[in-house]
Amino acid sequence: MAFIIRRLVFYVVAAWVALTINFFIPRLVPGNAVEAIMSKFPNLQPSAYRALEALLGVGHGGSIWHQYWAYLVDVAHLNFGTSVSEYPAQVSTLLAEALPWTITLVGTATVIAFLVGTALGIAAGWRHGGGLDRVLPGLMFLQAIPYFFFALILLELFAVKVHVFPIGQGYGQGLIPGWHWAFIGSAIDHSLLPALTIVLTSIAGWMLQMRNVMITTIGEDYVIAAQAKGLPNRRVVLTYAARNAILPQLQGFGLAVGFVVSGALVMEIVFSYPGIGLLLVNSVTSNDYPLTQAIFLVITFAVLLANLIVDIIIVFVDPRTRSREAAR
Amino acid sequence: MTIAPAIGTELTAVTQEPAQPGWWRRMPTKAKAGVVLFGLFVLTAIIGPLVTPYDPSYQNPSPSASMNAPSAAHLLGTTQSGQDVLSQLLVGIRLTLELGIIVGLVATALAVIVGVTAAFLGGFWDEFLSLVTNVFLVIPALPLLIVLLGYFPNRGEWPTIVVLTLLGWPWGARVIRAQTLAIRNRDFVAASRETGERTWRIIAFEIVPNEVSLIAASFVNTVLYAIAASVALAFIGVADLNSWSLGTMLYWAESQQALQLGAWWWFVPPGLAVALIGTALVLLNTGIDELGNPRLRDASSASRIAGRWLKPADPTPVLSEISQRRNGFAGFLHSFSRSSLLDKAEAGDGR
Repeated sequence: MAFIIRRLVFYVVAAWVALTINFFIPRLVPGNAVEAIMSKFPNLQPSAYRALEALLGVGHGGSIWHQYWAYLVDVAHLNFGTSVSEYPAQVSTLLAEALPWTITLVGTATVIAFLVGTALGIAAGWRHGGGLDRVLPGLMFLQAIPYFFFALILLELFAVKVHVFPIGQGYGQGLIPGWHWAFIGSAIDHSLLPALTIVLTSIAGWMLQMRNVMITTIGEDYVIAAQAKGLPNRRVVLTYAARNAILPQLQGFGLAVGFVVSGALVMEIVFSYPGIGLLLVNSVTSNDYPLTQAIFLVITFAVLLANLIVDIIIVFVDPRTRSREAAR
Repeated sequence: MTIAPAIGTELTAVTQEPAQPGWWRRMPTKAKAGVVLFGLFVLTAIIGPLVTPYDPSYQNPSPSASMNAPSAAHLLGTTQSGQDVLSQLLVGIRLTLELGIIVGLVATALAVIVGVTAAFLGGFWDEFLSLVTNVFLVIPALPLLIVLLGYFPNRGEWPTIVVLTLLGWPWGARVIRAQTLAIRNRDFVAASRETGERTWRIIAFEIVPNEVSLIAASFVNTVLYAIAASVALAFIGVADLNSWSLGTMLYWAESQQALQLGAWWWFVPPGLAVALIGTALVLLNTGIDELGNPRLRDASSASRIAGRWLKPADPTPVLSEISQRRNGFAGFLHSFSRSSLLDKAEAGDGR
């Protein structure tokens, strides 16, 4: 438990840094957000300046520390202000609409990619120099292709040319989101191709790392000892080598979540998927600063949470963390 | 490989592999492929913009010049507004590589400075710098990049370069710090300290030369990250869309529906170029990895001595940090990091 609590403190520090960066970016940029919007919409009356200031929360007045405190209080109450581009809508409402899409799709695809990639890595590492190794250069190429380029070509081939998958969007037109089969079926149908692109492009990374750690682990004395005892290969691979090789992989998973989220942002743009990434890019291109900043915070917090979950898993998988606590 | 009379001499000969004259032949095949491929792109970037057949921005007003398939006049066809795709590609490769290499150099330099400083100063400063590194590692980069660059629309490449550099150093710094910690307690460092060498001299002539492969790998990784991120950012539209890079080419091709209109010659070349540059860098990195970690090398590198296959001796393991005396505030700070879980666990077993 002590380990988890200490990690929790680290994530609180990281969250605080993100919050602070988010607070200072608009204030350090030459010119201010209000003027940027005013110049973008020339028909706005000069009197709108005050209204926009109030809207964006830039005109809080008082010292910068006063503003900083007000900002922290607002965030704590999930009060991110009002969206500029979709005017009367609250930022928090827009976020609540977009988040479930991203979390479901990206979460599932990432876990699948991790599991399949790790399994392939174990096999490739055990039979080092075998058939799976020959697939590696191809997988590396797949990983080096810009994600969106690969996704666009798959979209063109399997949705536009051959109608295997629907073209973009989160669900079929005319359907009302809700808990009924017509909608759920359509949503699953629309998520297959995006999920497939995420899995195909990220699998190589997991596989390569697992393979390399496996090769190093297999050379360890305890693995050779297990083989010398005459244990069946299956047991040596899974309970001796893979079990130890998976720890760096898990630690890497925590850090990779950030990259996965970044890939997912681009995925949503390619497929016009109604998630948080599409919302972020739309908000940036329409200078909707309150929305942009809120999304950055939400993504950062999601990544921190994912890392915390990985830490909890590590405590269960790695007996050393528990024995250390028992020794205290 | 010649068979030397004594086993000991044979082993030292194997570990000194890269210094032998035939180093190119001894390089892993993957690394060789990477060097050749990357070299080709660097050459294109240097020569390309000088030999462009047309001005990449010139828009041919005549409707017959729009969306031409590849032909003798336009080797890679034309865009919707009659611009020559090959010229854009040649200029774009230069700009994208330039950005990647500048970011790679500066960010790697920052990584070396932070990593080596943290490991050498130790104590509070080590923990503080490690904390900063870990915080920046865990904050997702692309959303932050989008937010930051959203405030600098159309100001040229420099905002992108600066922001990518500021977010690009933590990974390298972490690995280099770990390696420095491992090296600084070795005998040859202790020896040079005993002979009275200054700290900066030890760092510059004893530590850093021993980390060359690690620094090279970190540089290659950073270039890869910078190119991938800049292309993705341009594709999203958060970049200077008036300049020609591989990313902005893809942005215009996508926004003017090149694929839907069947203009593959407009969309595929820039994407393929990015993919090939990326592959070259990944190959280079695996090659460097194999040079540093002999177990990953093919069985061919093992040598047969007295009827047994022996592999070259292991180098210093990168991640096993020499356990240090940590006490007071520094120890307290360190206990928040994931690595504390591993090194203290071993100490706990001994109790």
